[in-house]
Amino acid sequence: MTTKFEVNGKQVSVEVEPRLTLADCLRHELRLTGTHIGCEHGVCGACTVLVDGEAVRSCLILAVQAEGSKVVTVEGLSNDSDLTPLQKCFRKHHALQCGFCTPGFITTAHALLTEEPDCDADRVREVLSGNICRCTGYISIVEAVLDARQFYKGQAAKK
Amino acid sequence: MKLPPFEYACPATLGEAVALLAGHSGEAKPLAGGQSLMPMMAFRIAQPSLLVDLRKLPGLKEIKIGADGVRLGALVRWRDILDDKRLVAAHPLLRDAVSHVAHYQIRNRGTVGGSCAHADPASEMPGIAQTCEAEISVMGKGGARTIKAADFFKGALTTALEPDEIITEIHLPAWPAARRWGFQEFARRRGDFAMAGVALYYDVDGGNVKNAHIGVIGVGDCQRRLPKAEAALNGNAVDDALAVKVGEAAAAEVDPQDDIHASSAYRRALTGTLAERALKAAAARSTA
Repeated sequence: MTTKFEVNGKQVSVEVEPRLTLADCLRHELRLTGTHIGCEHGVCGACTVLVDGEAVRSCLILAVQAEGSKVVTVEGLSNDSDLTPLQKCFRKHHALQCGFCTPGFITTAHALLTEEPDCDADRVREVLSGNICRCTGYISIVEAVLDARQFYKGQAAKK
Repeated sequence: MKLPPFEYACPATLGEAVALLAGHSGEAKPLAGGQSLMPMMAFRIAQPSLLVDLRKLPGLKEIKIGADGVRLGALVRWRDILDDKRLVAAHPLLRDAVSHVAHYQIRNRGTVGGSCAHADPASEMPGIAQTCEAEISVMGKGGARTIKAADFFKGALTTALEPDEIITEIHLPAWPAARRWGFQEFARRRGDFAMAGVALYYDVDGGNVKNAHIGVIGVGDCQRRLPKAEAALNGNAVDDALAVKVGEAAAAEVDPQDDIHASSAYRRALTGTLAERALKAAAARSTA
């Protein structure tokens, strides 16, 4: 069946089987391979994308359920020319090694910081507990997200 | 794993949704947030031939707070409960319990109706429904009916729902402002399924406890209340010695399972400890 939604600001119309998850739709139909698939049953957080501004696991949503919504993937959170402030913080704090989980951490952190730019370390840890990273030990990721708060404070004021 | 094939429908009214379920002789499932159903399908634990997406049904996303308590539309998400500041006074136990549900991303999708229909023994919402004597309203081809939580939850992943019925609302009775409460659960990693959890509340009459309600999750094959532990609490003034006694009564009353996560003996001891902590937290909260 046909499903239409917006991805990274662009309207798309895709012909899909009902059983296709949004994660597979993004990767295989729309070639947005920045969204990674780890566990395929909602445990690892690697496939996190934003749907209508909220962080969700794209392996636990059908593409047909996304009909009419606004989807933002990790590609939609990047600049062509330069790293974004959040990405720069991840680099500065060595918040990744292999990088497989990173798209999920970036999308989750972006959603959190957009809504709660004043969140404390406990809240960051609580929110990031839904994402698994096997390399870093998490401390550097928490530090990167805490450091990135400063770049979201002005944005929240503008809204 | 990829999901097995199925058909998909997204009806605009409750009547259409019920008709779709009724027309598929038990092979169709309603889809709310999908945060439990989708993994079940990925593991082939569930293989419905038709998914009936409830997202377009009107009127099921509201939280209504009135003199008779809190009414949660079936499509109310965990996030909606945590964002609703009115619930701090209207049902603090519900809010605290929901803050333990899964992870951030899951809480943006998962719904109260879906959780009750799924009826995982470790889930917080069915535990709160049992502890608080909630009533669950459903709609099926035979019409609407309301089921008491104690009759609704039958066991692990088993409820009184007929295959053509959809949960529409969960009603939690009114919460007096002076009521005391505690919620404690333990999981190895934040957001994981509880190895055990205890919800409790009571009212105070002349310094003594009355109307004690104690419920347990993650222990045995169904959320349930613990009448013997409640009896140990009723009629007494809460102090540390009573908290220990109630904890011991709770531990003695449960029938925990052995599994890869914990032994039966460990879960029993954990239940006692959590009940004791929940009661101490309730008492401490009342003097604050």
